[in-house]
Amino acid sequence: MELLRVKDLCLGYENEIVVKDLNFTIACGDYFCIVGENGSGKSTLVKTLLGLEKQISGEIELLNGLKRNEIGYLPQKTEVNSDFPSSVYEIVLSGFVGSMGFRPFYTKKEKEKAMETMELLGIEDLKDKSYMKLSGGQQQRVLLARALVSSKKLLIVDEPVTGLDVNATFEMYGLIRHLNHNLGVTIVMISHDKVAVDEYANHVLTLGKEVSFR
Amino acid sequence: MMSELSLYFSYPFVRYAFICGVLISMCAALLGVTLVLRRYSFMGDGLSHVAFGALAVSAVLSVTNDLLIVIPVTMITAILLLGLTEKKKIKGDSALAMMSVSAVAVGYILLNVFSTSANISGDVCSSLFGSTSILTLTKQDAVFAFVMTVVVGVLFVLIYNKVFTITFDRNFSKATGVNVGLANLILSVIISIVVVMSMRLVGALLTSAVIIFPALCSMRLFSSFRNVTISSVVIGMISSAFGIVLSILLSTPVGATIVVVDLLIYIAVTVIKK
Ligand SMILES: Nc1ncnc2c1ncn2[C@@H]1O[C@H](COP(=O)(O)OP(=O)(O)O)[C@@H](O)[C@H]1O
Ligand SMILES: [Mg+2]
Repeated sequence: MELLRVKDLCLGYENEIVVKDLNFTIACGDYFCIVGENGSGKSTLVKTLLGLEKQISGEIELLNGLKRNEIGYLPQKTEVNSDFPSSVYEIVLSGFVGSMGFRPFYTKKEKEKAMETMELLGIEDLKDKSYMKLSGGQQQRVLLARALVSSKKLLIVDEPVTGLDVNATFEMYGLIRHLNHNLGVTIVMISHDKVAVDEYANHVLTLGKEVSFR
Repeated sequence: MMSELSLYFSYPFVRYAFICGVLISMCAALLGVTLVLRRYSFMGDGLSHVAFGALAVSAVLSVTNDLLIVIPVTMITAILLLGLTEKKKIKGDSALAMMSVSAVAVGYILLNVFSTSANISGDVCSSLFGSTSILTLTKQDAVFAFVMTVVVGVLFVLIYNKVFTITFDRNFSKATGVNVGLANLILSVIISIVVVMSMRLVGALLTSAVIIFPALCSMRLFSSFRNVTISSVVIGMISSAFGIVLSILLSTPVGATIVVVDLLIYIAVTVIKK
């Protein structure tokens, strides 16, 4: 079952083209990796898929009832404000806000779901801890929990292990793999890590001078 | 001293002034956390200068209720600023800096050229630094401050979770379908009400102090967004209550006294947390 189809997509900023002629599809259950050197447009591509940037031309079709706000997102580390007074629980809960419409407060059910997600990712003990004071790996897990709370269908993770030590990297890959393999979450992951990509991905999109899709 | 104080508080206008001052400071402190975290600390400052310009215009036009001009002008400025910086059309801080100094310059010229008041420098001084005493406030002013505080408080609580989500991570919010534009619009409305009210309390030059000081103190004390916000309101309340009482006892200017109390609290918090 296909979730997303990209046709002749051309990306960039203010008519400065970054990537052109992209064609690929993402299907339910995929572990889809995007690779390419720095500045090749990986983040731009996922931001365009998420509707944060406008494409220059081409089409992005969401298929089989997938909605824009049903895509969970773990942004690249450099784009998250890590110097922010907030508890872990507050951040995880904020994953629901996009689907709340005009309702101002979280429901009991949402709070329970947030707790379950934190347990799933092994961060339930950090619930009331300050996000600022966590290690890099813990912070990434909190953001992963927030992304999962917002959607269990399709998850886009942008360089999730950048800046993490070997153990934290291993754990992070393990968690994402678990979500994909055991819970059926479709994963789109940007990564530099050749080994991880070869091991986990069933599709790889390479950006840069040569664009390829397999 | 206590008997002196209770004598003062037996006058209704002292009570009105006290109530207004405390309510306004609480509103300002409530917003402060969000503004500081968004790196918009300059906004209170800039908007109050624009409000000063608007105040000058309404003085020249001899409008009886100057709020009818000042609030809409400030509100439009706030909406434009949050909207334009959102679209990355302009850099918010430089645009606001430009607007605010121009507003002050034009306002001051207007006042000098057209004003019918005999005491221009006194008028200007009180809009820049707040009245030397806020004891001219009436029951109506107190009721107005109360209504505005309720409006600001209720609106803020309604958009609180959205404001948190957007302030922490704007891209994630947009991607997951948070209505960022609407939340920012409501936030701009609240900010402008608060800026105009604070300006009457402490004056245009000191407005940003009552907005950011309590937030900065609270961020040193607490680590969840909710606790920081609550603590900020409490600190705003305490500093204004002390500031107003001190200013009555020592006959010092109200606005400046509140800000000095804020500063002392900030220093105390910094020392304790070291
Ligand atoms: N907001 C922006 N405005 C203009 N150009 C941008 C913006 N963001 C990224 N770029 C440019 O687009 C190109 C691709 O960036 P990016 O998608 O972040 O690359 P990657 O994630 O693959 O490292 C870079 O040349 C970068 O300078
Ligand atoms: Mg990137």
